[in-house]
Formats: sequence, structure tokens, C-alpha cells
Amino acid sequence: MLVGLLIIVPLIASLLVFFTKGDTSRKVALGLSVVEFALALAVFFQFKHNPASKDLTLNCNWVESLGIHFAVSVDALSMLLVLLTTFLVPLIILSSFKNEYERPNSFYGLILLMQMALVGVFTANDGFLFYVFWELALIPIYFICLVWGGENRGAITFKFFVYTLFGSLFMLVGLIYLYNHTGFDTGIKSWAVTDLYEAGKSLNLNQQSFVFWSIFLAFGIKMPIFPLHTWQPNTYVNAPTQGTMLLSGIMLKMGTFGLIKWLLPMTPLALEKWGWLAIGLSVFGVVYASCIAIVQKDYKRLIAYSSIAHVGLIAAGILSANQQGIQGAVMQMLAHGVNVVGLFLIADILLRHTGTREMEKLGGIRNMNGNFAVLFLIIMLGSVALPLTNGFVGEFLLINGIYQYGAWFAAFAGLTVILGAVYMLRSYQAIMLGPKRDSAIAFGPLASSDKVVLYIICFVVIAFGVYPKPLNDLAEEGTKAILTYIK
Amino acid sequence: MKGLFIISGLGILAMLAEIFKFKKALFPMVLLGVLAAYAFNFTEWNNNMNIPMFSNMIRFDNVALAFSGVILATAFFWFILANDYFEHDHITDHFALVLFALVGALMLTSFTNMTTLFLGIEILSIPMYVLAASRKRDLASNEAGFKYLIMGSFASGFLLFGIALIYGASGSFDLMAIRSYVSHSGGDLPIFFYAGVLMILVAMCFKVSAAPFHFWAPDVYEGSPTVITALMSTIVKTAAFAAFMHLFLVVFGKVSDSWSMVLAVIIALSLIISNITAATQQSVKRMLAYSSISHAAFMLMAILANNRGFGSVNAILYYSLAYSIGSIAAFTVLYNVSKNNDNVTIEAFNGLGKRHPLLAVCMVIAMLSLAGIPVTAGFFAKYFVFTTMIGTPYKWLIILAILTSAVGVYYYFKVIIAMYFKKAEGHHEPIQIETSHVVLLVLTTLFTIALGLVPNYVIEIFS
Repeated sequence: MLVGLLIIVPLIASLLVFFTKGDTSRKVALGLSVVEFALALAVFFQFKHNPASKDLTLNCNWVESLGIHFAVSVDALSMLLVLLTTFLVPLIILSSFKNEYERPNSFYGLILLMQMALVGVFTANDGFLFYVFWELALIPIYFICLVWGGENRGAITFKFFVYTLFGSLFMLVGLIYLYNHTGFDTGIKSWAVTDLYEAGKSLNLNQQSFVFWSIFLAFGIKMPIFPLHTWQPNTYVNAPTQGTMLLSGIMLKMGTFGLIKWLLPMTPLALEKWGWLAIGLSVFGVVYASCIAIVQKDYKRLIAYSSIAHVGLIAAGILSANQQGIQGAVMQMLAHGVNVVGLFLIADILLRHTGTREMEKLGGIRNMNGNFAVLFLIIMLGSVALPLTNGFVGEFLLINGIYQYGAWFAAFAGLTVILGAVYMLRSYQAIMLGPKRDSAIAFGPLASSDKVVLYIICFVVIAFGVYPKPLNDLAEEGTKAILTYIK
Repeated sequence: MKGLFIISGLGILAMLAEIFKFKKALFPMVLLGVLAAYAFNFTEWNNNMNIPMFSNMIRFDNVALAFSGVILATAFFWFILANDYFEHDHITDHFALVLFALVGALMLTSFTNMTTLFLGIEILSIPMYVLAASRKRDLASNEAGFKYLIMGSFASGFLLFGIALIYGASGSFDLMAIRSYVSHSGGDLPIFFYAGVLMILVAMCFKVSAAPFHFWAPDVYEGSPTVITALMSTIVKTAAFAAFMHLFLVVFGKVSDSWSMVLAVIIALSLIISNITAATQQSVKRMLAYSSISHAAFMLMAILANNRGFGSVNAILYYSLAYSIGSIAAFTVLYNVSKNNDNVTIEAFNGLGKRHPLLAVCMVIAMLSLAGIPVTAGFFAKYFVFTTMIGTPYKWLIILAILTSAVGVYYYFKVIIAMYFKKAEGHHEPIQIETSHVVLLVLTTLFTIALGLVPNYVIEIFS
């Protein structure tokens, strides 16, 4: 039942927030999202101490004649992602306290609505329900980007919407195809995830390949993977900061999570046949996006491209389908989610304080605000995966996992370590170090809300860099569970 | 059955209202009458009314009752929408015509004889020709009526010819007799029987405006008054589909080899032509006209699937309900946005999100539903059609439907983008909206979402 609350609370919260006005909206939204985080922690403790508890699953009929159930549950993997989601949303809301948005009640209401859909995606245990939440997550973010986005947002968000919808519809066909192959022995068709796994395994190679690519398309667009990424940089740059954080911090993980839970165990034969191509695209995307990131001038756009690079590595690790690869991917998903929210907040702070994100016009901010420089440095180092930061564990495991799949893939994927350091350190140097530029003069002390968010993120970066064991154990457990289905 | 009598009686009453001067009372009477018809529909459900009436001309079985239910529910909403428009414009004549059209629609859900089919189609169509031309001084409206009449008569000609050929082969107008003739012939049917089937197929495709027989639809939709367009795209469509389904699933289901390929091509053409053309339209009404062709193609897909059991029937029933409700909401918003000017472009929606948030939100939900986004009714409608189709040899149609759906999102979202992203230029009168329309919008919007949340109540009617 608790897990049902996890989904209902944000829904109620969003409805409540829609009826607030002005300044109270964000306070109410923040309060309710903290409640949701507390609830997620409660679920986590339940999960730790009593994994068989009934609180962790919910299963009721939705459309009985079609075998559709409202089935949600928490396992190791979804627990991690639910924690990530519920942890990030309050930070995202808090990070917006210095931005004045028109119609704040709708803005925060949509964020909370999105949180509901995201938690639903991560906990769904029914293929149909998964699809519904998957699509539902798209609507709020579309409106967030459309109404509160930057210049030329109409065309850009539209491209984003059509791309993702297009992919999702193919996923729906793939899932219906699997659904149609369920229940050969019993005659009862079912959308339950384990039945879909069974159905997938009963297919021959050609059928599996069809399912693999139609579902991969949806996940590949969402992450995004080269060459399906063209919607991403513009959307990230034009969305309001909180929208970008939602997109990159959490929504991107829908794709990688989908790969692990909703694709790998269903099509083992197709994965064997086509894995090289999918991994090849992912790895190529890593190098390609890193190279483009190096020449970016706008800091927000640079992070957008770095995000493509990171997610490419994650996808390659998942598709290599071994313990290290998937476990590393899960760890990296958590680390990337936290770090990228921090980086986008930094981009927003730069814009607010100096009026620009162009790195050529920035410089020497360290002299104005040393505190900010340190916080920025920590998050940046987390993002380049320095040892003892949270990014390190995941990246190490990932490259290890990819190496087991193929040494050449690992060699190219490993370039991300070097290239990532190049664009991250160079951008840090350009923005923070060097002589003080005109734009830096106005850089005063940070607002307290920004400070709180940055401190929390830095704490997480270091804490889970030094002691990643609790997360790592969960990731290992989740990976093992998935691997038993694949093997 | 009683519903049919009540609606006929209401039609006559509406004509008398002019003479006996109770015009003011007409609207509530009509609403109550429709509700009463709906209530009788319920009482007849699963009742012994299943027996054929009028020497085997009409039979209200559960399928007929379900479709009558959809039509009556839509009619109820439609009268709320239309009252405002007709209030000062010969309300009695217009309501009488609409009520008679409804009689035809109800006949189309329940016919068991080719003659009742023809009667139903004519009773439905003739008032529609008049209504399309009901703005007497407007050239476009006259053109619409005239076009509709000529094209409609042409289709009726096809229908009659087809019926005659089938009569020639089977020796009967009775659907059950034709059906048993088909199943007893053992595949040895005269070639002109197949010709008859195809002619009826063409005629029905005219009526549901599937490509390439769709050319009348955009002009007629655009020229007619907005409320009449709403009527055409909901009630007329639902009735035509009930008839289409009855003919091709029940009667000609056994000879599906002869028509399924033709129907598949018609569906493919409809999907491609309608969606691509709709994307380039500036006029919202024209856009909705083309989109209705694409929705017709989806419903035809369920007929093509020719599911044993009730899969196809359920899918069509759900689809027509979802589409009717969504359309009524969309047309209500359109009507209120365009009150003084009947041909609105998408620019008229600019900034509606600020000018009238309620209208904008309802329009968003309606557009999401028509585009087929969860958890609205439209999504499940498309989903059920896909599930009926996936077991057939026509899987390529599903892929085509998905590709064209993505185009569909483009034009539906053009409206949403205009409402929330574009700024209204110049001075706009504040939009005044009737209380009854507010109620109607809220009802249809809630209904759209509720249908999406609990689709089982409709989809599990027949199993």
C-alpha cells in the first residue's frame, strides 16, 4: 500500500498546488515534495528490513478482460530510482526560488504531476501501466517547456514531443506484440512484466529483432542515443532551468531504466545478434557528443552535450548485459542525475548573476565568490568522475563491463574519461579562473536557496564517492535479479 | 425501441411548437425527451426486446442499444451546445430536422433489412442536407448543402444498386436471409453478388467520408454552421459506422476475402491523405474535417480486423464514444471562440490560455484525446483498435497508422501551441460564454478523462 501512496501523494500534491496562488505555490510544492521524499525513505526502510512486506506491492485490476492490472512494486532497481526522483524533485523546486515564473501554481503543479508519472514509470510492473505512465510523463514536461521556455520554444518543444511520441508508439506496438504472445499455455493473456519476459523468450530471432528495435527506438530517443539525439540540445537549452533538470536529471533515466527492465530480459536472442550495433551507436555517441561539447560556447549547451556523452556510456554498459556493465550503469544513473542537476543550477546561477552563459564573456568569478568556486569545483569533479566522488564508481564499473563485451568498444568508450575532463576543466577554467571580467564584477553572494541546493548536492557527491556501499549493494542486487531473467 | 418512438414524437412536437407558441419550452422538453429515450434504452438492455419488429424490419438487440446509447448521449450534449445558436433562428424547424435525423440514426443502429437500411440513411441524410444549408444568406453554407446533397444522392445511388444486385443473387432484402444464403452457398456465389458487396462498401465509405470518397467532407464541414458540423462529425458518423459494422461484420463477414483488401487500401489512403492535408490547413474547421477522415480510417480498421467475438464491436463502440465526446468538446470551444465569425483560423486561438483559461484547458484535453495521448479516452480508442488489428495479416496498416498519428499530433498541437505560446494580436472582445456551455465543457472533459481511467465499463459490455 505504501507504494501506492508514493504515486498518489504527488498527484494530490499537484492538484493542491494548482489551487494555490502566487508565492505560496512554491512553498506548498516544496513542502509536499519533501513529504514525498520522506515517504520514499519510509518505503526504503521497509524494503531494507522487510522486503517481503505487502506494503511494497500493489496489484489491482484495471481492465480485466484485457489482462491490464494496476500493478506497482518496489525492487532494488526501482527503489534506487524512486529515491533519486523523490530526492531530486525537492531540490529542483528549491532551486527555482530565485526565478520568478508567471502562473507559479501551474508551474509547480506540473512538476509534481510529472513526479507522479516518473515514480509510476519506475515502479510499474505491468507493461500497459508502464506505457501509460511513460506517456503521462511527457505531457507536463511539454507544457513546462512550452509555456515557460526561452526563445523559439514552440518549434523546439514540438520537435521534442513528436520525436518522443513517435518512439513511444513504436514501443506500444512492440509491447502489444509481446502481449499477444503471452499465455500460450494458459490461454489467458497478460501484461505482467514476467509474462512479457516469457513471451519474449518464446519468440524466434526475427520476431525478437522486431520487438527489440521497436522498443529500443523509444528508449533511444528518450535518452537520447546517437543518431536520435537531435531534439535534445535545443530542448535542454530552451527549457526553463527546472525543466532541463527534470529532463536530464530524471526523465533521461526513464530510457536507461527501460532498457534494463523492459528490454534486456525480453529479447535475449536479438540482443546477441544486434547488441554490437546498439553499443556501437552508444559509444559513437559518447565520442561524438564529447567532441561537440568541447567547442561549445554556451555553458548550458555544453552540459547538454555532456549529458549525451554520459548517457551513451550508460547505455553501452547496459547493453553489454553483464554484471559490471549494468551495475555500473545504475550507479552512474544515480550520480549523473545528481550532478547534472547541480551543473544546470550553476548555469542558471551564472545567468542570473552575470546575465550571460557565454564562456567567452565570463571569467575570474572565483575572485568574487570563492565559496561558489569550491562548490562548482566539487560538482564538476563529480561529473568528470574523479576517484572519491560519486561519479567514479559507476564509470569504472561501466568501462569494465564494456571491456568484457569488447575491448575496442571499451577503448573508445574510455575516451570519455579524457574528453570529459577536457571540456569540463576547460569550461571551469574559462568561467571561474583567470582575470576578472566585467561580467564577474556583479557576482555577489549566492542566494540562500541556491546555497542549500549546492551544499546538499556537494555532500552527496562526496559522501557517496567515499562510501558508495549502500547504493552499490542495492545496484548489485537489482542487477543480479535482472541477469537471472536474461540468462 | 421506445426510444425511437420518443424521438419521433419529439420531432413532431418540435414542429407544433411554432404553431402553438411554446417555443420557450421546447429546449427543456427536447432535453427531457432525449433523457427519457436514453432511460428506456437502459430498461431494454438484456430484455426480451431482442425480437424483430415490424415484420422483421428492425431489431433492438444489445449492440443496437449500445450504439443508440452513444448516439443519444451525444445528442443530449449536442442540444446543449446548439440551443444558444438556434435560439433566435427558427429553433423549432431546426430542432425538428435534427430530431428526425436522430430517428434515422437510431434506425441505422437497428436495421435488419436492406430497406430499413436505405430508409435510415435517407431519413438521416435529408435533414442533414437542409441543415448544412441552414444559413440561407451565406454562400458557403448554400454550397455546403448543395454539395452534400449531390454527393449524398450519388452514394445513395450506389447503395441502391448494390442492394439490387444482392437481392438479385440472394432473393431477399432480409439480412439474416442474405447471411444464410452466403453461408449455404459454399463459396459458390455469382460474381454480381460480389459487385453488390463492393458497391455497398463504396456507398458506406461515402457516408463515413473515407478517402477517396471524402472530397465532399472538408467543404461541407467548413461551409455548414459550426453546430451542424459538430452534429455531422459525431452522430452521423456513429450511426453510419453502426450500419457499416452491422453489414460487413454480420452479413458479409463470411466473404471478407472479397472486400478486405479493398478496405485496406481505402484505410491506407484515408490515413495518408487526411493527416497530411490536415497538417496544412489554416481553418480549424477544415482541419477537424480532415482529422475526422483519419478517425474514420481508424474505425474502419476495426471493421477490417473482422474479429471473431466482440473485439471489433467493442473497439468501434468505444472509439465512436470517445471521438464523439472529444469532438463535442472541441466544437463547443470552437463555437465560443468564433461566435461572430464562422470560419476561424488557428490564429483565432492565439493567447486563449490567458483570455479564457477554462476554454483553453478543455480544448487541450479534447485535442489530447483526439491525438490519442494517455490517459484520455482517445488513447484507449486507438489502443483497442490496434489490439484488434495485431492478429490480422494487415500489420503494415498499424505501422502506417502510427506514422500518420505522429502527423496528427502536429496539427492538434498547433492549436495548443497557439493557445499557450502565441500572443493574441490586436484587441479582442472578452469571450462571453453561456453557463450551459460551461457545464457542457466540464462534463465532456471529465467524461473524456473518466473514459480513459476506467475504460472497462465500456469495453467490457460485450464479451
